[in-house]
Formats: sequence, structure tokens, C-alpha cells
Amino acid sequence: MQGVMTPADIEAAQHLQHIHETPKSFVKHYVFSIDHKYIAKQFLWAGLLFLFFGGMLAMLIRWQWAYPGEAVPVVGNLLFPDTQGAITPPTYNTIFTTHGLIMIFFAITPIMIGCFGNFCIPLMIGARDMAFPWLNLLSFWIFALSQALVLASFCVELGSAAAGWTTYPPLASQVGTPGLGQSLMVLALFVTGVSTIMGAINYITTVIRFRAPGMTWFRMPGTVWGLWLTSILNALFVPVLGSAGLMLLFDRHFGTQFFLTGAAGGTGDPILFQHLFWIFGHPEVYILILPIWGFVIDFMSFFARKPAYWFRGSIYAMITVTVLSAVVYGHHMFVTGMSPLLGQAFMLLTLVISVPAEILFLNWLHTIWKGSIRLTVPMLFGLGTIFVFGLGGLTGIYLGTISTDLYLHDTMFVVGHFHLTMASAAFLGSFGALYLWFPKMYGRLMNPFLGKVHFWFSTVGLTLVFGFQMLAGYAGQQRRLYDPFQYSYLEGLQDLNRFTTYCAFALAIGQLAFVYNFFYSLFAGKRASQNPWELGTIEWTDCASPPVHHNFDRIPVVYRGPHEYNHPEVLEKLGRDWIGQTEEFDPAADAATSDEVAATA
Amino acid sequence: MSADAAAHHDGPMVYPDDRLYAKTTAGKIGMWIFLLSDGFSFSGLLLGYGILRGGSDYWGCFKEQAAELGCALEPAFGINFTALLTFILICSSVTMVISHSALESGDKKGALKYLGLTIMFGLMFLCGQAQEYFGTFEYFMHAVDGGHHPGLIAEGLVFGSTHYATTFYCITAFHGLHVTSGVIYLSLVWRALYLDKADANTVEIVGLFWHFVDLVWILVFTFIYLIPS
Ligand code: HEM
Ligand SMILES: [Cu+2]
Repeated sequence: MQGVMTPADIEAAQHLQHIHETPKSFVKHYVFSIDHKYIAKQFLWAGLLFLFFGGMLAMLIRWQWAYPGEAVPVVGNLLFPDTQGAITPPTYNTIFTTHGLIMIFFAITPIMIGCFGNFCIPLMIGARDMAFPWLNLLSFWIFALSQALVLASFCVELGSAAAGWTTYPPLASQVGTPGLGQSLMVLALFVTGVSTIMGAINYITTVIRFRAPGMTWFRMPGTVWGLWLTSILNALFVPVLGSAGLMLLFDRHFGTQFFLTGAAGGTGDPILFQHLFWIFGHPEVYILILPIWGFVIDFMSFFARKPAYWFRGSIYAMITVTVLSAVVYGHHMFVTGMSPLLGQAFMLLTLVISVPAEILFLNWLHTIWKGSIRLTVPMLFGLGTIFVFGLGGLTGIYLGTISTDLYLHDTMFVVGHFHLTMASAAFLGSFGALYLWFPKMYGRLMNPFLGKVHFWFSTVGLTLVFGFQMLAGYAGQQRRLYDPFQYSYLEGLQDLNRFTTYCAFALAIGQLAFVYNFFYSLFAGKRASQNPWELGTIEWTDCASPPVHHNFDRIPVVYRGPHEYNHPEVLEKLGRDWIGQTEEFDPAADAATSDEVAATA
Repeated sequence: MSADAAAHHDGPMVYPDDRLYAKTTAGKIGMWIFLLSDGFSFSGLLLGYGILRGGSDYWGCFKEQAAELGCALEPAFGINFTALLTFILICSSVTMVISHSALESGDKKGALKYLGLTIMFGLMFLCGQAQEYFGTFEYFMHAVDGGHHPGLIAEGLVFGSTHYATTFYCITAFHGLHVTSGVIYLSLVWRALYLDKADANTVEIVGLFWHFVDLVWILVFTFIYLIPS
């Protein structure tokens, strides 16, 4: 149906989605809400809570590496009364294991995908809600159940999971970790996977079917693209983790031997688990970065007040990465004795990913080049994301090359690498997003000064902590050691480790600026106008802050892309450097371009 | 509430023609994505099956293996019986298609009839699986061919004892779970259709799920039953 976007098309779009009455009962409004904006907030709170939890666990790990076996100050006696506050080796295993799992699955995922996926997608594409609001509700509450399972795993005998976040058998079998906590954690992963898949189905469908008239694929903001591609990876690969988790649970409790062999008693194949885990696991790392890339594409353009440089190129690059991410997982298994030919293939494919990554990078730099940069808090966080991600991405090349990975594998270098890429970039990017969309979510502004304090502590802190970790790894320190300095060849690294720990503590203290700012702004921040950042995407131009229950009285009509800044004609006619996606500028010209637009009416 | 509150309606939605998706409904797109996702969970299991089988010295401890290695005797799968189940499932896909096309041409009664047949075939398949596992219908089976059919469990195929047994139970039970949910889903749609709360789109979506379950079974049948030891 090529052609002009007719009034009939626009009218038809109005009827596509119901307007639901604003719920009146407390439970329907605040507990079992089907409003995507409210579910987003639920995910945000759930995620922030576990982010705090995971962060505290990280501090314990850092303490252990600075002062192995010494009593933890302040909270030690409370947490480990049996040992006068010292961390024992089994407890240490639990701490680093649960830190990783909590951060990835129960903190970053809900904040980045659960919260911003829910909040941004419908508003930015001009939809009244998700395609399946009830599924959305279910998705959150199943996620809450999985968090409850995580908490429960800490309360059983022998404590929570302790086999590393990768949960490799035989360590993750009944022989290595006999406690119920390990099983509860695997179950929690399975349950959270169900929730993730539900969310993914919702996001993908919503983007495909509920774009407002005129919202063509390439008029969608980078944010929506990132979240959409991530959802595709989620829908495809989380089920594989689910299968692996089920098999592991069967091995642990129902007498099967999928992964058990040798002393664990069986004829199974522990490497099989690694395959299944990384078939999921490598896409998972891109699941956690694609939305961030999307945010960064948008933030650079929003605050350099320039169109995003080669926007299509960036999108194609993201699509390429999405596809490639499915075929490189073997680089996590170079040392498992895989056939050298297969290893070479995985190495090649892995290194090929740097090409699209490079395109994205150059596009970001081009976008801010000679821009009228506004160093707002979200912009700073965006720039910080680019910086830490750049460091992390470059170090990936050393790991992706077999000859260097043989040495670097399972050292702190890997830990530094993935914390810069996955942890730091996702952390900074998500906070940037929170600073940007907070006014739209809660109708109040956050304090920019405290935001900047938070930014500097976070970016410098993350860079130093994980930079030093890579240094330690390069010097030979293996990951996950209880007391690295019991090995004489690592004794010399004690000072480095201590200093890293101080940096980590500073990083943690800097988060207080956010905590204060968040709560203060929530209740007493200045009221936000509809469009405080002067942006052109739909949620700012067509929705109040915060938006009404059904988002739009009339579904808006989209005339242009998301990054129209400093267009000379707009400057001249309207006297401002931005124009909304839904603003009719020159009716004749807008109608003429709608040929290409009609696709989505 | 705005003037557009009039747009609020709870009947089936009519989707505007779209250059890319025509009148494809959100429900249909969502089901397709779910099926892809679900397909990957089956692939996880089948991959495990393939790797374990490839790494095993023997697959199923039959008479000769038992004689040679002293392993506990295991039964072979009954291919003929399972082929019958496969046929039943394929029939159910056919009735599913007929039901949908009947509804599209306005024949609600016919649609209900064929949807009912689909449900019945699904139940027959489940009964077949029960017989295969537990010998639930041994009496009946005996009456048909005079043979002895106590079910695989009684014949020594014990979950957890070997990969041969474990992968068989995991994968067929996972599929059986899908058939069970499919039968429940079909029954709900049948009821909704009967009460005029469903349309051809609803039936088409449940049909997608049902055909998927059927397709997966054909793969399972091929991999688990047909590939010779
Ligand atoms: C050009 C880009 C990248 C390359 C070439 C690369 C390569 C690698 C390689 C080869 C490993 C395995 C190292 C080993 O265990 O010996 C690894 C580990 C890892 N990478 Fe990357 N990576 C890249 C980008 C990323 C990104 C963008 C993320 C996340 C957002 C990420 C997250 C991880 C994680 C989580 C691990 C390790 C997990 C573990 O063993 O616990 N990487 N990377
Ligand atoms: Cu990887």
C-alpha cells in the first residue's frame, strides 16, 4: 500500500489501541498495574534495590582482595558473627557468585530492559501501551517471584549459590555445591528467564505493530532500536539458558547425569553445559549493551544539537552485531580443548564484530564533532559510557585472539574487560537514561549538580577499579582467588589490589549523591515542564510530564526522524534549534515526504 | 476522558492495512515470536541430546550390549506404535486447518466440530504417551494385538539411569507438556468460539501453536525414534 498517508489511515490508527480507563482501585493502580509506565517504575525500584544489594557484595569482594581473611570493618560482625567478621572461603565463593548473578539478571536487566524498555518503547513510538498489557503485568510479577527466590537462596543451609556466575558443573553439581541455595538460584534464573521472554515478546510485537502513523523504522529513535534488537536476542537465547538450567536442576535433584562425569559419578559431559551456557551467554553480553548503544546514539545527537551522524549506518551496525553475536560464543571456550580449526573460526568471527562496533564509535564521535554540546547530566553519562566501553571493547580484541587469550583466560584481565564493557557501560548508560527520563517518569527535575558529582565519582571510579583489575590480570593474577597473595608470584600485587579497593570504596560512596538526589527529587524536586531538555522525540513533544494514563488522547502523526536539531529552516521560521517528530512544519513538504512514510500508517 | 473514549471497544480489533504486515494482528505476531523462542528451548534440549549421544559408546542397552558389557537391559522404542501417534497428530493439524477455514467462510458449526476433533486427536496422542510410558491401556492393547505392553518404565527404561533413557523422557515429556497446554488452550478457544467471543484470528493463533507442536513432534520422532542405534 504505497502512497500518501491518508486521513483514513490516521483515523484507523486511532482505533487500533483501546483507551483503558484510569484504574481507580489502589491494587489495580499500584500493585497489579497493566500500565507500561507504572510497570516500568516497578522494574526500576526492584532493580535499584538489587543493585544496592549487589554493590554491597562487590564491596565485600574488594575488601577480601585488599585484606584477605581479615575482619570486615563496620558490618563484619553483623554479617559473619561466627568468624568475628572475617570472610571464610565458602562464604567468599557465595559472595562473588551471587554478586555476578544479581547484578546481571536482577539489577541491570530489570533497570535497563524492564524499566526503560517498558517506559520508552510505547511513548517513543507513539503507542498507548504495550501490545499485551496483561502479559506485561505477569512479566513483572514473575520477575518479582524470581527475586524472592534469590533472597530465599540466602536463607537456606549452606547459603546461596557458590559455583561462579557461569554456574559450571561439576562445581555446580551436587558434589561441588551441595546446598539448596545453588538450586534455588538456578531456579531463580529459570523463572527470571520466563519473565524476560514475556517482556521480549511484548516489546518486539509492540514495535512491529504499534508504531504511530508515519513512524517508519528509520524514524524510530536509537533507544527503541537498541531495546528492540535486545529483545530479539532475549527471545531467542534465554530459552537455551532455560534448557541448560533445567538439565542442571535434574542433575542436582533427579539423578540424571547430563553434566556429571568422573568423581561426580556419571558419563555426562560438563563441557556440554559450557556450550549451552555460552550459546546464551555471549548474546547475553550484547543483550546488555545494545540498549546502551541505542541510548548513546540518541544522547549524542540530543545534546550535541546535531542530527545523529549516519544514523542508518549505526542501525545497520547494531543489526550486524545482533546477528554476529549468535555465532561467536566459542571464544569463551578456547581453553576447553576445542578443535583448533573451530577455535580459529570463532576467533575470526569474534574479531569481525569490532568492525560494526567501530562504525558505531566513529558515528558517535562524528555526531558530537563541532556540535553545540550541552554538557547536561545525561550527556555526561553518555560520554562516560563511550569512554569505558571503548576501553573495554579494545581489550576484547586481546581476549578474542587465541594466542593472547591462552595467557589471559581466567585472569583478572577478563574480569576487568567485562566489567568495563558490560558492567560500567551498562551502569553509566542506564543512569544516563534515568537522569534523562526521570522528569518524564515522575514529573520532577533532578538536581544537576549532584548528578555531576555522581557522574565523576562513577566514571573515574569505574575506570580506575576495572583498569587496575586488568593490570593485575595482565601481571598474572587469576580471577576468583580467595587470597591471591598466598602465591609468592602475586605477593607484589598486594598494594595494587589495596589501592583498587580504595577506588572501589570511593566509587560506592559517590553513589550516595545519587541516592540523595533520587529521593529528594522524587518528593521535592522542581516541577518539570513538558519538554525540559528541548528534545524532538514523541514522549517530550506529545506527553505531559508525567504522561496521562493512556499516553495520547490522539495517536500522533510522525513527520520526521528523531534527531532534527539545528535545521536552518527551522531555526529561521521557529526561532529554535529543534523540531518535534510530530510537528507539522511545512504542510506541503511534509505531505510530499509522506510517500516514503506511508509504510507504517 | 477525551473524545476518543468512543474509540474504546473490546470486540475484535480491525487492523489497518499495512504495507509490510497487511492485517496481521499483534496476537499473531506475538505467537510467532513465542514459537521461535520456544523452538530455541527445544534446540537446547536436542543439542544436549546430540552431544551426549555422539559421545556415548552405545545408545540403549539391548541384548547384545547387555551380553557384552553387562549393562542393565533397556527396551527399544516402539516405532510402529509411535508412528501411529505421529499420524494422529498430523490428522489433528489437518482438522485444525479445516476448522479455521470453515470459520473464515462463516461456518461456525463446522469450525466447532473440527476444533473439537483436533482436541480429541490431541487427547488421543496424550493417551498414547501414557500407554508408552506407563502401559496405562495395556488391557486394551492386549485385546488389539494379543501382545504384552507394560510401558517403557516397566520394561526397564529408567529416568536417570542412562542418557538413552533420560534424554528420551526429558524431550518427549517436554513435548507432552506442550501437547497438554495445547489441548487446554484449544479447549478454551473452543469455549470462546461457542460463546461468540472468538473470531477466525483467535483460531488461527491457536492453530499456529498447534502446528508448531506437531512440527516439533516430527523432529522429535525423527531424532529420538528413527535414527538407528
Ligand atoms: C569487540 C568486542 C569484544 C570482544 C572481541 C570480546 C572478547 C571476549 C573474549 C574472547 C572473552 C573470553 C575471555 C576469556 O574468558 O578468556 C570475553 C569475555 C567476556 N566479555 Fe567480551 N568481548 C567484546 C566485547 C564485549 C562486550 C560488549 C561485552 C558486554 C557488554 C562483553 C562481555 C564479556 C563478558 C561478560 C565476558 C566474560 C565472562 C566470564 O568469563 O565470566 N564483551 N570477551
Ligand atoms: Cu563473548
